[in-house]
Amino acid sequence: MRTEISTETLYSDFVKKVEEISEQKLLSCYQCGKCSAGCPMCFAMDLLPNQIIRLAQLGQEDDIARANTIWICASCITCSVRCPRGVDLARVMEALRLIEARKNVDHVEIPDIPKETIAELPQLAMVGGFRKLTA
Amino acid sequence: MTLSYYPGCTLKTKAKNLEDSAIAAMEALGMELVELPRWNCCGTVYSFAGDEELHQLAPVRNLIRVKETGSDKVATLCSFCYNTLKRADLLVRNNPDKMHTLNTFMEEEIDYEGDVDVVHLLEVLRDDVGWDAIAEKVQKPLEGLKVAPYYGCTLLRPEDIAIDDVERPTIMHDLLKTIGCNVVDFPYATECCGSYQIISNPDFVSQRAWDILSSAVRRKADAIVLTCPLCDANLGQTQKEFIEKRSDFTGIPILYFTQLLALALGLDPEVCRFELNYVDPRPLLESKGLLRQ
Repeated sequence: MRTEISTETLYSDFVKKVEEISEQKLLSCYQCGKCSAGCPMCFAMDLLPNQIIRLAQLGQEDDIARANTIWICASCITCSVRCPRGVDLARVMEALRLIEARKNVDHVEIPDIPKETIAELPQLAMVGGFRKLTA
Repeated sequence: MTLSYYPGCTLKTKAKNLEDSAIAAMEALGMELVELPRWNCCGTVYSFAGDEELHQLAPVRNLIRVKETGSDKVATLCSFCYNTLKRADLLVRNNPDKMHTLNTFMEEEIDYEGDVDVVHLLEVLRDDVGWDAIAEKVQKPLEGLKVAPYYGCTLLRPEDIAIDDVERPTIMHDLLKTIGCNVVDFPYATECCGSYQIISNPDFVSQRAWDILSSAVRRKADAIVLTCPLCDANLGQTQKEFIEKRSDFTGIPILYFTQLLALALGLDPEVCRFELNYVDPRPLLESKGLLRQ
């Protein structure tokens, strides 16, 4: 697989959009890995949170879209409170989700949720999940 | 003394045990929780998007409802409601332009001016009632009950809305010690349970739940105590599977802090609505002699 890193990818609309929605400076991240070290969901992720922000810095939108990471993040904000550079990575994750969601694609199949699950779970699980994972 | 109270959706259904026990316990402590006459969804999960304010309308509308009652403070019981309402309030306080946009959009409403203080019931117990006053009203200390306080995410993160230290909170420990419990520390106390991922990745949440539950069991806790209805569901309803599949696991009850508070204050156990808990805590409480009036 060929990865292109150029001034076009570094200064792409994608990078600007991520920074605009998240209100974070992506280049503040110096890749220490603290976010991934404390991430409670990283065992299930294709790419670790620090790898996602690195790819975002480099404008690698497709690599990010191919990984499940942003849809596994549970917005627990542990990464954000621990980041030594003050990057609110939870907001970067949300920006990346929103860029995808605004293409009008859902990331949870609502009809596939078992009836028993719906009956058993509190409403806030459903509403919260739909808010984060659907368009 | 009265205090405005915002319940939120889940408190009226799955977490009725949290609401009923809280109202009864607060009454016993001399404080009436007065539900807002009108309220809507809090938004459930706080929206982080910096380029739109749409998702802040729901929480801010609720804060306007509080203002309408003449109150400048509102208490929440659900951790998620606390988080969304508190963060929306903070967002508009720190961004007058966003506050203006929201007020203009809701022109039929009175203006919100960042003038409502959002608090969680644990803060009310610590700051307004006080541990000493609670200790004086304890009728039945919960001696012999080993509990692991579990805080989850939304009461503690991000830092600017945290009700206690982000990494080493003690507020629930302090309450539980005050009512006589034997408090057990465990390393997962502030770790995420998997949250809303239960609807799309239940297997991953199940793995999170097992890590948290088994850690509390290893620390010899009799029960886990928490504040959040979603943590309660994720740590509670997953246990059926663990009990079936793991011969060494027999289940661990999950309790709301208000249920134990109500018991310690000598209230009728009926107000605790234990029948709604995912894992029935009554055999445990009975064995410790805590259900007898």
